Parts: sequence; structure tokens; C-alpha cells
Amino acid sequence: MNFNGSLPLLVLASSLVPGMIIFFLPESRIRLRTTLNLAGAVLKLLLIGYMLWGVQHDQSYVFRYDVLPGLELIFKADALALLFVTLSAALWFLTTLYAVGYLEGSPHRSRFFGFFSFCVTATVGVAMASNLFTFFIFYELLTLSTYPLIVHRGTEAAIRAGNVYLAYTFTGGAVLLTGIVWLYGLLGQVEFTHGGVAAILGSEHTAQLQVIFLLLIAGLGVKAALVPLHGWLPQAMIAPAPVSALLHAVAVVKAGAFGIIRVVYEVYGIEFVQTLNLLMPLAVVAAITIIWGSLRALWQDDLKRCLAYSTVSQVSYIILGVALFGPTGTIGGVVHLVHQGIMKITLFFCAGNYAETLDVHKIIEMNGAGRRMPWTSIAFSVAAFGMIGAPLTAGYISKLYLSQGAEMVGMAWANWVLTASSLLNAAYFLPILYRLWFENQPQMWLHERIHVRGRWETHRLLLMPPLITAAATLAAGIFADTGWSPLFWVKLIAEVEFTVK
Amino acid sequence: MFDPIPWLILLPLAWGCLAFLAGVGRGGRLAFAGLIIQLALTIVLARQIAMEGARHYAVGGWGAPLGIDLYVDGLTGVMLLLIHVVTLPLVVYARAYFSCQAEGVGYFWPLTLFLLAAMNALFMSADIFNIYVTLELLSLAAVGLVAAAGSAGPIAAAVRYLLVTLLGSGAYLMGVALLYGTYGSVSLTVLGPLLAATEISAAVFLAAMLMLTGLLLKTALFPFHFWLPPAHGSAPAPVSALLSALVIKASFYLILRLWFDLFAPLVTIPVAQLLGGLGAAAILWGSVLAFMQVRLKMLVAYSTVAQIGYLFLLFPLMMLPIPEAAESALQGGMMQLVAHALAKAAMFAAAGVMVLSAGKDDIALLSGMSSHLPLTLFAFALAGVTLMGLPPSGGFIAKWLLISSAVNGGQWGWVAVMILGGLLSAAYVFKVLCQAFLPPVAGVKFKPVRRVLEWPAFLLALISLLLGFRSGEILSLLGGG
Amino acid sequence: MSSALIYACTGAALFVFGVTGLILLSHLLRKILAFNIMGSGIFLVLVGLGQRSGTPDPIPQAMVLTGIVVAVAATGLALALVRRLLHFTGEIRLPEEP
Repeated sequence: MNFNGSLPLLVLASSLVPGMIIFFLPESRIRLRTTLNLAGAVLKLLLIGYMLWGVQHDQSYVFRYDVLPGLELIFKADALALLFVTLSAALWFLTTLYAVGYLEGSPHRSRFFGFFSFCVTATVGVAMASNLFTFFIFYELLTLSTYPLIVHRGTEAAIRAGNVYLAYTFTGGAVLLTGIVWLYGLLGQVEFTHGGVAAILGSEHTAQLQVIFLLLIAGLGVKAALVPLHGWLPQAMIAPAPVSALLHAVAVVKAGAFGIIRVVYEVYGIEFVQTLNLLMPLAVVAAITIIWGSLRALWQDDLKRCLAYSTVSQVSYIILGVALFGPTGTIGGVVHLVHQGIMKITLFFCAGNYAETLDVHKIIEMNGAGRRMPWTSIAFSVAAFGMIGAPLTAGYISKLYLSQGAEMVGMAWANWVLTASSLLNAAYFLPILYRLWFENQPQMWLHERIHVRGRWETHRLLLMPPLITAAATLAAGIFADTGWSPLFWVKLIAEVEFTVK
Repeated sequence: MFDPIPWLILLPLAWGCLAFLAGVGRGGRLAFAGLIIQLALTIVLARQIAMEGARHYAVGGWGAPLGIDLYVDGLTGVMLLLIHVVTLPLVVYARAYFSCQAEGVGYFWPLTLFLLAAMNALFMSADIFNIYVTLELLSLAAVGLVAAAGSAGPIAAAVRYLLVTLLGSGAYLMGVALLYGTYGSVSLTVLGPLLAATEISAAVFLAAMLMLTGLLLKTALFPFHFWLPPAHGSAPAPVSALLSALVIKASFYLILRLWFDLFAPLVTIPVAQLLGGLGAAAILWGSVLAFMQVRLKMLVAYSTVAQIGYLFLLFPLMMLPIPEAAESALQGGMMQLVAHALAKAAMFAAAGVMVLSAGKDDIALLSGMSSHLPLTLFAFALAGVTLMGLPPSGGFIAKWLLISSAVNGGQWGWVAVMILGGLLSAAYVFKVLCQAFLPPVAGVKFKPVRRVLEWPAFLLALISLLLGFRSGEILSLLGGG
Repeated sequence: MSSALIYACTGAALFVFGVTGLILLSHLLRKILAFNIMGSGIFLVLVGLGQRSGTPDPIPQAMVLTGIVVAVAATGLALALVRRLLHFTGEIRLPEEP
């Protein structure tokens, strides 16, 4: 095996190995544990940086291993994979910092960080998987390694949420498995290929392929929280803030959305999906999810649940972009994978900060929190404006491309959906921002935890990550035209998907 | 060339006798040393099979029909490797277990070694009468192990188990008598071609029915499963692990052997469908009952009832007219057999540690176990992953192969059963895990357990989990013989 | 009907009696006896069918001898277990299905 071939493995190992060691560390070895975690995260970022450079210079990074004859494990770091890998690795690094601060002094940290590393490994595996078999392995591993994090607190409510999560995701996994095995039976072993591969089967398999597509999308749609398969996501918000931030805003739902991207573009091929008449239903489901999620978010009084429904809605922008049959829509959808990630993680970090510092969980308790915690609140506001799609933020870029894409293919109704969603986003975010900045502070914060305060408004490690991601939200919007923006990278991907036949 | 075949039977017998002479509760160290030697012999044998293919061995130079003929092929190699890989960690586990809980040790060591000798002989036997003898030896040793715990519950379970197993082997022997009466031979290699060449008489048909029924009874396929949960659930944990992981596999192995080597001309699609249907019923019924149990070890025992069902799905799928589908069905079935053996041994071992620590076999008492015995709980969870058929475990590869066989053959009923079975097994595994994640009940004290008790279960679970990546080698050994 | 066939038919009848008894009787000693009757039936079939044109065949005889040894061992174990059960529960029957 050459060096390039082993790089995908090294990227996996850079979080898997620390995770395994951390499991067996006693609780008290805080410094060693943190060092291991951060070293793994930094190493992963370096490796990914090297691969990003390599992919731009036409290097390929492929690892193959025969599990059985005709059943291969393949990792391939192509442009699309690297987009998701970079996102999750960068956010993993920040979330690890955040989690170190957030969980300071709480029990079972070895277990937490162990599974946390496993989760990231699984996410990276999902990203780099280059056939459905490999994809499924890591997709299920992601389910398994997230469960202990959801029930981490060990309360009755957490266990209940964990059960709901498992019921949804295992059922989804079983449906997905059926679809994948069926497809293997028809196609044999196929790698993800630009432009798709299913088209070669011809018209006599149309009905079967339609059913398989439904199975695959239904299976993946559970994690992507497509309505009506989204029920687990708001429940899972019982988990500690770093888990909600990284996993429920980024890794898990994105794994579902990413899988849908892979299936549509690289298994079926977007044009073939169009000829099967399946893009329109997908677009409709996405549109319903966008509106429904935003509507439900309006009625929540709990900040994290509100954000969860917002996630339900925002992730479907990606699906909608995919379902808009054209390169511009694709760019809008795929770039939203990144943009939504950094914006949503900022919001969750901030929600965690309010909860941890001021013990504020409900939206009505947030009055005047902007005065008490200005930096956190600035980050929160930036991300909220991004979600609404205000100019200069990352969200604006996504929505711009999505609506242009919709116009180009003559799906004007999609534009209405986007507009309605933006209005709804504004309707639930602006009141929060008003409370933050313009309402008076209470006389005293009931459960303020002074001891974590120090010179800053809260623990240093809790403050830095949201500020960085908020800055990234602005940067991705302002510098969208430069060569290192997510948008630029996504344009490369879209070019490949739509020109290669 | 050194030939390990006779030694694989003689050595455990010799260790067993020595351990018996050493007295009650003794022989653990001997068993450990002996198993290492035997594992090495098995590896040598497996390599020989992989390189040179299947072969016969005439005991003492006396060939059939007068002497005893032994036969090894890929299937034998896989089974032999499996029992030794499973038993070695269990020996370490049992030593630690009985040092904490002396009750039930009795003649554990000699009986276990006899059990091993019987299994080794059974897998290598090439004639149906010799198989009967080894089957009886196996059953008697297994019953002795169940009874070793000594109180009323286990004794009653042992008596029930003994009567069932005697009935099963009686039916089997009757079949042997009828076959001998018809063909004048008991050798598998002679009988196989004879059956294929001649008109099948009613006596032979009856013989096949009797033998199959007898073995189904011993394998505890639904609806013959009634004896299994009490026997496996009330025995000491190392015994449960041995029985659930290995002993029932021995009679399943025989069904497989007879089905393909002997009765191939007799088997019809309806019979295969019937076996598959019973398997499906076992999967669903066993899983539901497992979920309803309040005792941890009973839950694991019912899970065995369910998992046996998957093995029997192999028969209808093997009858599919598509060769690839039939092949992947056999491969899937064998992977399931291997993966389940490893995972179930791990699960019973882990359950034993938890019961030991909680002081009582009750799932409700497991609250807080996740912080008290994280490694054991982790082992339990990993074994559960295999049983659920989730990646990257051997159980996943098994399920993948079985489902793809069923999908290729258009057998959607079996697909639905397997998918549903996987979800149901998730339900009962997570029933335990959820309980263990709850905070400890105030006032409940867990007993500390020795670290050495935790590792064997973890090791077995890890092997079953990583088996998925090495399944190619197992299947090539299987096909090589 | 040759004598061999008479043996075989008697054996088959004994086997059926034995199996019926083993399943239906509840008293454990009777169950053990039924098992022995079942075993004897099998041995008769083996010896009866094993004859080739009137000359006794040594192989089934050897098998029956082995079978008898196994049956004796199994009976011994069963009796010992039943005694233990009697000691614990005071009854020579199996407790109800759990």
C-alpha cells in the first residue's frame, strides 16, 4: 500500500485511536485525555489539509480492502468527500475545545470523549466511503456511537430520548440496508461514480429502481430528519450541548443529507433520477420539511428545541438544492451543507453558553442576556442573521444560489418556499434577538455560575469556539468569491457532476 | 507429516480424566494449558485442510467398515477452530468465575474437557453411528454441567434437558438402525452415493424424518425450544456460555451435514420451506420472549432461541435455483453460526459478571452498571451489535449475505423476517443497556469483581465484532475442504 | 414373515411405546423406564434388520453393545439427577413449565 492509499485510513485512525485509548484512561487523567483529543484533532486537520492540496493537484487517495469477494471496503477522498471531512474535522476540533470546558468536573468524561471520537471517526468514514456497503457500515456506526452520548446524563428523560432515537435510526438503517442489498443484487458492486451508474440497467428495471430509490431516501431521510421522519431530532436535544452542536447539527443529520447527495448524484445520477420522475417528489418533501420545521420552531419555548426544529428545516435546503435539477441549485444545496453546519453549531454553542453560565434554557428567560454576555450574544446574532439569510453571511450565499437555481429550472414555487422559510426564520429568530439586546436584564440571574466566569463573561473555552464559527459564518459570506471559500470548492464539485457523463 | 486428527480427540479425553482424578473443583490450569495445545493443533489442521483439502483418517489403521473412520473438510476445520477460539477465553473466565463463586464448580473442569472431546470427535466423525455415540457423550457432559449448580431449579432444568436430549438421540439412533437395515452401512461416504443411486424406500424416508426431528429437538428450534431457556438460563455463567455458543451448534452442524451429504436426494422445497418457517417463527417468538424477560440470563437464553432461527433460514435459501443466491445463503448461514457462537459466549460471560456483581439475576438491578463495570457492559453491547447484525460485525456480514441471497431469489418474506428480527434484537439488547445507563438506585451496593473476569467477555465480543473484516478467510477455509 | 422382521416390528412397537411414555408420563421414574423401553426397541430393530440372509451380522451387534453402554450411563445419570430433585423438592416429577 502506498502512502496516498493509506491517507484515508490515517484520517480515520487520527480520531479512532485516541478514542480507544481515552476509553481506558481513568477519570482523573484530564490533561492526558485533553492532549490526546486535541492532538488527534490537529493531526486530522493537517492530514486533511494535505489531501485538499493534493486533490487540487489531481492526486487521488483511495484505500481498498476486500471483505469478501465482491464486497469491498473503499475509502476515497474525492472533492465531495473532502468537503464534508473538512467540515466535520474543523468543527470537531472546535467542539472538543468547547466540550473540555463544558464538561469540566462532570462524571464519566472518559466515556464521553471516547464515544465522541468514535462519532467523528464514523462521520469521516461516511464522508469518505466510496460505495454503499462502506457507507452503510459507517452510517450504522454513527448511530451506535451517538447513542451513549445522548443518554450520557443517565436520566429517565435521556434514556427515553435515546430509545426514540434508536427506534427511528435502526428502522431507517434497516430500510436503507434493504435498499442497498437490493441494489447490489441488480448492479453488483458499484463505486460512487460521477454522473451515476444505475442508468445502465435500462428501462425494464424502472419500477424496481424507483422502489429502491424510495427505500434509500427513506432510510437516509431518517437521519436527515425529513418530515415525517424527523421525530427523533428535537427529542435528542436532551444531550449535552457539545453533542447537540456537533452531532445533531452537523454529523448525524449531515450524514443523512450527504448520503442523499451521494445516492442522487453518484449512484443514480441526477439525470436518471429526473427520468425516473423522482426529483419532483423529493423537492416536494424537502419543501414540506422546510416549512414544517420552521413552523414548529415558532411554537417552541425551549431554546434548544427551537434550534432543533430550525435544523430540521435548514437541512432540507440541501435536499431541495439537490432536487432542483441544475448546477446552480446543486451549488446552493451542497454549499449549504457547510454553511448550515457552521451557523448551526454557533447557535448551539451559544445556547450551551447561556445554559451553562446563566442556567437559561427557555426563550422567555433570555431577556437582557446580551448585556450580561455580549460576546456570546454577538455570535448568536450573527448566526441567526445567517439563518435568516441576511446579506454578508454564509446563509445569504446559499439562499442566493438556491433561488437562482429554482428560477433557472422554472420551479418558481420553490422560490416561494424559500421566501416563506426566510420570513418564518425571521419570525422566530428576531424575537429572540430582541429579547437578548433590548429587554432589561433581570435583577439577578437566578442560577448564575460565578465560579466559571474569570475575566470573561464565561469560561474561555466556551467562548472561543462560537466566536470562531461566527467569524467563519461572516467570512464564508464575504469572501465567497475567493479560491478558499466553500463556495469555490462546491463549484468545482458541481462542475464535475454536471459535465462528466 | 504430523497428523493432529487423533490428538484432538485423545488429548481432551486425557486432560478430562486427569482433571477428574485431581478432584472436585480442580483442573482449571490443566484445562488452560491443554486448550492452548489443542488450539495450536487445530490451527495446524486448518492449514492442512486449506492447503490439501478434505481427507479421511482411519483410526488405528483400521478403515471402514470395521474400524472407525474420521473425516475432515473445510466445514470441520471451521467448527474445530471455532470451538477452541471460544473455549480458551471461557476457560480463563471460568477459573476467575469459580474463584468468586465456588458453588457450581463441582466437576466443571473434567466435564468441560469431555465436552470438548465429544465435540471434536463429533465434528470429525464420518459414520452415522459414531456420530450417535459422540452426540450422547456431548449431551451427557452438557447435562452434567447444567446440574453442577446443584439447587432445585438447575436440577429440574437438567432433568428436562436430559430427557429431551435422550428422546432426540433415540430418534436419531432409530434412523441409524433403519438406514443400516436398508443399506448395510453406516459410513457417510458409502451411504451418500447409495442413497443417490437407489430408489428411496419408505424406511429411508422414515429414517430421515426421525434423524432430522431428533436433531431439531437437540438444536432447540422452535417449537422444540422449551427446554433451552431454563437449562441455559439457570446454569453457572461459564456453562451457559459453552452450551449456548457451542453445544447446540454441534447438532445444527449434523443437520447441515446430513442434509447435504446424505439426504440430498430426499430434500424437497416444502421441507426446506418448513424448516425456514420454523426458523422465522423462532426469530420472532424468541426475540419477543427475550424482550419480556425480567432475568438477564433468561433474556440471553431466549436470544439464543431467536438466533438459532437465522441458521435455519439457510435451508429454503439454499434451494433457490440461482447458484449465487444458494452459495451466499450457505456462506451467510455459516457466518451467522460463527458470529453467534462468539457473541453469545461473550454475552453470557458478561451477563455472568453483572449478575455476580449485582448479587441477583434481575435486569432491574442493573441500574448504574455503566459506571461500575463499564468494560463488561461494553462487551455486552459489542456482542449485542453482532446479534443485531450491525456493521462491522460478523453478524452483519452474515445478515448481508443472507439478505442478498433472499433478495436475489425474490424471497421477500425471509427479508422481512430478518429485518424485523434485527430490530427486535435491538429492542432486547437495548433494554439491558438502557437499564445499565440509569443512575444507581440508592442503597444498592455492587460487589467488586476481579478484573480478569471482565476481559474474556470483552475479547470474545471484540473478535465477533472484527470478524466481519476477516470473513473472507473463514469462508475460503469453508470452501477449501 | 421371517423371524428377523418379527424382531424389527416388535422393536418398532416398543420404540413407539417408549416415545409415547417418555412424552406423556409425568412420573420421572416411569419416564426413565420408558426411555429404556425405547432404547430396547431400537436395539431390536438394529439386530433384526441387520441380519443378512439369516446369518448374524457382527456390526449391528457391536453397535447394540455400544448402545447399551450409553443407555446404562444415561439411565445412571438420570437416576442420580432424579434423586437430587427428590431431595430438593420432595417430588419425583418435573415442576410446571416455568
